[in-house]
Amino acid sequence: MDTVNKKVKLATIWLAGCSGCHMSFLDLDEWLFELAKFADIVYSPVASDIKDYPEDVDVCLVEGAVANEENLELLYKVRQRTKFVISFGDCAVTANVPAMRNMLGSSEPVLKRCYLELGDKTAQLPHEPGIVPELLDRVRPIHELVEIDLFIPGCPPSAPRIQAAIEPLLKGERPVMEGRSMIKFG
Amino acid sequence: MSVVTLKINDIDVAAEAGKTVLDAAREAGIRIPTLCHLDGVSDVGACRLCLIEIKGIPKLLPACVTEVSEGMEVTTHTPQLDEYRRMTVEMLFSEGNHVCAVCVANENCELQDVAIEVGMDHSRFTYRFPERGVDISHPQFGIDHNRCILCTRCVRVCDEIEGAHVWDVAGRGAAAKVVTGLNQPWGDVEACTACGKCVDACPTGSIFRKGSTASELDRDRGKLEFLVKAREENQWTR
Repeated sequence: MDTVNKKVKLATIWLAGCSGCHMSFLDLDEWLFELAKFADIVYSPVASDIKDYPEDVDVCLVEGAVANEENLELLYKVRQRTKFVISFGDCAVTANVPAMRNMLGSSEPVLKRCYLELGDKTAQLPHEPGIVPELLDRVRPIHELVEIDLFIPGCPPSAPRIQAAIEPLLKGERPVMEGRSMIKFG
Repeated sequence: MSVVTLKINDIDVAAEAGKTVLDAAREAGIRIPTLCHLDGVSDVGACRLCLIEIKGIPKLLPACVTEVSEGMEVTTHTPQLDEYRRMTVEMLFSEGNHVCAVCVANENCELQDVAIEVGMDHSRFTYRFPERGVDISHPQFGIDHNRCILCTRCVRVCDEIEGAHVWDVAGRGAAAKVVTGLNQPWGDVEACTACGKCVDACPTGSIFRKGSTASELDRDRGKLEFLVKAREENQWTR
């Protein structure tokens, strides 16, 4: 990343996650101003209103596991258009809590349980192709689907851990992901 | 007491004959990661984290069940051993359902600790997501098979220290699991004295005290070692 002449184009996306990693990212507080000196947020559910993922992104933080077709499509697009993809938080790294439905076998028993068995008067399975994304049979961590350049585990990773991982990247260096402060799950 | 001399990582070490390489390494201040080893009970070499290289032996051996011998040359850390250890931990995470975020043992878990130690930031193996059960039929304790790594510490501690032998391993391969009694609900096993030693022994959040919320499970490992020592030396106060 050439940080001398131009700002880093930074994006964040959130797939099947609880947004906790993004909240932790916002928890960087005043360091966000430091970050803004080096990076432009070109796409983010919490920091921009751009609807389409742009081309030529330098770094993208990916929160969440891949649970439905929309997640999968966005992840492929992100990988195609981003130089450095970061698996951000336990859901992206291990599939975590969203993957607890995998133990039920496929999407069908999950949908039946949610929308029929626990449904109210108008119990019905959601089916609106093109509007409601279809659930995939298995929730998967993102590195099983695309190549990942850096892993930041944690549920969520703390703001200091996020800063320690991102700060070297802005200088074109690779962070050292070692020890309890950087790689503890959960 | 006869003493043998050996080299561990090129350091001269003297150890009592009959001791394991793991004991000798610990006495010399050399740390080898372990999971199935528990001070106070027998060793079984189940987790394979303590694999070491011994000069002249072509295969890797578990330090916890390999006895020291005269002139032995042991290496505990090489890039290859470190890589195998990390792979072992990754496989443990992939084969069960270890969701740290919602585990009673989060922050107090040896599997989590060892993952940090071997530098695991993700698992390269595809997660299996097996269908496993949870048994909370016991009035005081519960067992979550999703988090069990089959270290058999519970089996050994119940058999060797408590003398109740409530726990055992049933099944083979991927279907292997720890069972209580004759594969009965734990609450139905009359042999269980509800001593809680298995809870203290479990390295993960698999065996827990009921009512513990996430990150609350803090164990007293020293208790088990104390009991064994006290029994051997007839010291019954702590």
